[in-house]
Amino acid sequence: MTTHINKLGYIFSKDCECDDILKNTLAKTKDEVVSELIKSGLRGRGGAGFPIGLKWKFTASQPEEVKYIICNADEGEPGTFKDREILTQVPKKVLRGMALCAYVTGAKKGFIYLRGEYKYLVPHLQKNIDEFHEDMKKFNIDLNVEIFLGSGAYVCGEETALIESMEGKRGEPRNKPPYPNQFGYLGKPTVVNNVETLASTMIVFRLGADVYNNLGTKDQQGSKLFSISGDSPKEGVHEIELGMSVADFVNEFGDGDTKAVQVGGVSGFCVPRKNFNKEIIGEGNTTGGSTMIFNSSRSMYNVLHNFLDFFAEESCGQCTPCRVGCQQLLKGIEAVKAGEKSPKYLDQLIKLSKTMQITSKCGLGQSVTNSFTSIVNNFREEMIY
Amino acid sequence: MVGTKELIKNLSVKHGIERKSLLPILQDIVEKENFLSNDSMIEVARILDISAAEVYGTASFFSFLDTEARGKYKIRVCKSITCDMKGKNETIKCIENILKIKVGETSKGGRFSLLETNCLGWCHKGPVMLVNDEVYTELTPEKIRETLSEYIREEK
Repeated sequence: MTTHINKLGYIFSKDCECDDILKNTLAKTKDEVVSELIKSGLRGRGGAGFPIGLKWKFTASQPEEVKYIICNADEGEPGTFKDREILTQVPKKVLRGMALCAYVTGAKKGFIYLRGEYKYLVPHLQKNIDEFHEDMKKFNIDLNVEIFLGSGAYVCGEETALIESMEGKRGEPRNKPPYPNQFGYLGKPTVVNNVETLASTMIVFRLGADVYNNLGTKDQQGSKLFSISGDSPKEGVHEIELGMSVADFVNEFGDGDTKAVQVGGVSGFCVPRKNFNKEIIGEGNTTGGSTMIFNSSRSMYNVLHNFLDFFAEESCGQCTPCRVGCQQLLKGIEAVKAGEKSPKYLDQLIKLSKTMQITSKCGLGQSVTNSFTSIVNNFREEMIY
Repeated sequence: MVGTKELIKNLSVKHGIERKSLLPILQDIVEKENFLSNDSMIEVARILDISAAEVYGTASFFSFLDTEARGKYKIRVCKSITCDMKGKNETIKCIENILKIKVGETSKGGRFSLLETNCLGWCHKGPVMLVNDEVYTELTPEKIRETLSEYIREEK
């Protein structure tokens, strides 16, 4: 099964050429590879948006002998399905990205952490991994890659929670620092990169850092895959240059009656119609690429209720602000809707979500306020009546 | 229980007896026995030399590591927003009518369990369900009936 793809893109270009790209790139020194990646502006495509060049550099500089590379394919953000599509169509690019990372950091062991929901991909991926091991001999790259399956936990997309679960523990995020670059899987320096990030390294070295850097805006460079769903006649995965206004996006992908766009998944922001011209996709919002389109027939109360239900269920429960906060926000909007609490209670709930942003341990609890505040503030009457 | 002990012994050979072996072992038990019984978790704890509470604590964290009895076929219907918008409730009702079970229940004889789950990564093709590892997209009542009747037939 494949999704209809906008054929303009780089990511889904033929997979066969990436051995040439890898060959040319391996002719550069490790420092040159790192500085080109930094120059390209490529940032993590999973959602947090950390510059990949720096991540590799920090790990490369660790003195330890044993290091790990983990490809994060625990794509759980509602509204996101681009990593599944990359692994289905162009897995070679991802594996070559891992090979390049092995060259730079010196890691000899790699994992693809595949979410349990995508278990059906294992035979396809294993075949590609076997070919990869064979192909890498001619490049003198000694990287053994293995698949590790997740078991249905959203928070394991957070890199330290992911590592905890690989170590056989509850997927509860760690305190940071130390970051995985220093103290990762089994206490060793570990690079955790999203599927699309690894595949994008092949695009950087195909186009050259300067050309790649010229794509996008000053805040976010490059092209990016967007998973588009909801009230859209063009649902699917589309590769788009970063820096598109929400208005342009809605013109292209909306159904003519778009009321709001949720940018960045449930942990991202809701942009109402009146702000379509002001907001730029990729600036000040997250980079995961989930974009859900809602038309005027949708109740934004139902949307927010669905999001909060999700957070309350997926909160790992480790830290109190997130565990209790998610539950209280959910109960709170139900109480306001039922008329048990006055509309002013919504302001108190917004304050609670801001407290969660400051005090929660990981990105899950910290980002609940994004969708909560943007939906409640822009669709307040729908929350009440 | 003899079968379970044997299974866990084999899995400990396949995956090792380190703490990092825990998830793969539990995943394989669920695949073979449909869920993690108390006995199986106690046995895993014994073999890995950790407390049973550690095993249960880890297992109960993950939604796919069922610690309650489940059927041979686990149907997980996506309840995330875009699937919800495209008719998740109708999908659930349709399955409930065919299998005569409600969400969270297992059919008599332990064939099917019906569950809801969070985003399955097919938002553009909702509504979506998983039956064990298989994905079924763009569900309609006809498609659901067809799919389930294949599983029902297979069982007989």
